[in-house]
Amino acid sequence: MPADPSTSRSGSATSPGRLVRKTVPLRHPGRWAAVAIIALVFASLVASASANPNYQWNVVWHYLFSAPILTGLSHTVELTVGSMAIGIALGIVLAVMRLSPNPVISTAASVYIWVFRGIPVLVQLLFWYFLSALFPRLSIGIPFGPSLLSVDTNHVITQLTAAILGLGLSEGAYMAEIVRSGILSVSPGQNDAAKSLGMKGLLTMRRIVLPQALRIIIPPTGNETIGMLKNTSMVIVIAYTDLLTSVSLIYARTYETIPLLIVACIWYLAVTTVLMFVQSGIERRFGRGFMPRREPGRLARTRARLFNRSATAGATHVAGGGDA
Amino acid sequence: MPDIPMVQAIGVSKRFGHIEVLKAVDLTIPKGEVACLLGPSGAGKSTFLRCINHLEKINEGELLVDGEFVGYREHGGKLYELHERHIARKRREIGMVFQHFNLFPHMTALQNTIEAPIRVNGETKAEAKKRALELLHRVGLSDKVDSYPAELSGGQQQRVAIARALAMQPKLMLFDEPTSALDPELVGEVLDVMRGLAKSGMTMIVVTHEMGFAREVADSVVFMADGMVVETGSPAALFDNPQHERTRSFLSKVL
Ligand SMILES: Nc1ncnc2c1ncn2[C@@H]1O[C@H](COP(=O)(O)OP(=O)(O)O)[C@@H](O)[C@H]1O
Ligand SMILES: [Mg+2]
Repeated sequence: MPADPSTSRSGSATSPGRLVRKTVPLRHPGRWAAVAIIALVFASLVASASANPNYQWNVVWHYLFSAPILTGLSHTVELTVGSMAIGIALGIVLAVMRLSPNPVISTAASVYIWVFRGIPVLVQLLFWYFLSALFPRLSIGIPFGPSLLSVDTNHVITQLTAAILGLGLSEGAYMAEIVRSGILSVSPGQNDAAKSLGMKGLLTMRRIVLPQALRIIIPPTGNETIGMLKNTSMVIVIAYTDLLTSVSLIYARTYETIPLLIVACIWYLAVTTVLMFVQSGIERRFGRGFMPRREPGRLARTRARLFNRSATAGATHVAGGGDA
Repeated sequence: MPDIPMVQAIGVSKRFGHIEVLKAVDLTIPKGEVACLLGPSGAGKSTFLRCINHLEKINEGELLVDGEFVGYREHGGKLYELHERHIARKRREIGMVFQHFNLFPHMTALQNTIEAPIRVNGETKAEAKKRALELLHRVGLSDKVDSYPAELSGGQQQRVAIARALAMQPKLMLFDEPTSALDPELVGEVLDVMRGLAKSGMTMIVVTHEMGFAREVADSVVFMADGMVVETGSPAALFDNPQHERTRSFLSKVL
């Protein structure tokens, strides 16, 4: 009888005299060895950084919060946020267009993606900046008909708008592909279910499909944002002063190249840190219902404890710097 | 008029490319009745259900739900396809339960159930929530309202899916193999909910391989094969005295 052994086993488990045995989690000596090696490498880096006078830490400190650096930093952050906002919004629209059953709409989106991914961003930036050479005046109206509104191109296309347009419009092409793969990852059954409840296409997209697609979309978008943070330095070609441009303007004058590059690195890393925490927060938010709760190991718990505290401090630091 | 049937199919044909999946299907399902749809895989059962709420467009014939065309409007002897928003309005009256549940995984059981009443019917959150809690209680899931689908068993997910469909207060419920994806010990709990729903007078079309359920609950049983309705009858007539060879050979395999 197959039932018998199981009954007898469960019988003994509940018998009163039985010892409740504790489980001992597996030790990971390899991880501790890795920790030791990493600590050693880190310590030697710190030692060299503090002993070598060529780093000129006093110069770094002098410029870290100086006005031109902070202005450059705020421009870099503005450009990153502005062009990613345009890129993401455009990416969603283009992705939905590409998936449209209407061939004219989907082809239009494909052509856009082809053009804006194909032309170097540097060229796009210059093109937008010198738009007035092509169209001295920008007007809104009916093609071949009367114009309703007309403005001088050089008034509208400043360095900032040229920079945001150049970076954002090409980013939209990349984001479109990321969003599209996210949308395609959602099972078609979700659409059927939403339709059968009387939900219309746009409502389904907004409430059912996109929230699930976001789980797939967020990690590569985090990559794109951090990439964009550094790509903003390309605006040097249209003489806009982002962080790196401000730094290079100073060291061209003072020849303190290394310490000023360190200043730039510190700020880029600080902003990247903030972005990474924003990303993991968003990932948690949209992972609801997907992520099984997992008990972290001891190392992970320690890291979370240490890292979270220093990260919060870093975040307030940056916020304070941005305001100044 | 009380004698308008809930579903009336007259010569309904459906093609995917060159493959004819439904071939001139005629079927009438009166109000308040439960019809079970049987047939081998690929017979077109799912496709027929999906045509009823216009998830698929039919190529020929007429398909009426409660006396109205699905997805079309009659005018001057012609049928005009309706705009998406009118189709959506009609779909609210037809609930559908899928083989793989298709719950929204990013929403809890309660959120799944109140989503459409709030967003589609414009109910307030309070009234939608009140009815959702009643429905979740009715399907035996009062203790699972805040669970995400991934935290529920298949049987529990399917019961949430039934509650979600009922929350729109439909007059017709379509079930496409609601228990086929479930472990055998979970089939009973879902069939119990469906049995209760049938008793309450809901008109139901159920594609199923649960012959016991069909025999017990159905008012009529429809046997489909190769896109055609082969035989229709009361459960007793169809199970005990099938008229067609196709029906006999199918039943001999599944009973
Ligand atoms: N979207 C589709 N595109 C092409 N063929 C399809 C599609 N859906 C179903 N079919 C075909 O239609 C036939 C009937 O399918 P279906 O209605 O799912 O049968 P059943 O539910 O009875 O098993 C099958 O041969 C299937 O391959
Ligand atoms: Mg099927």
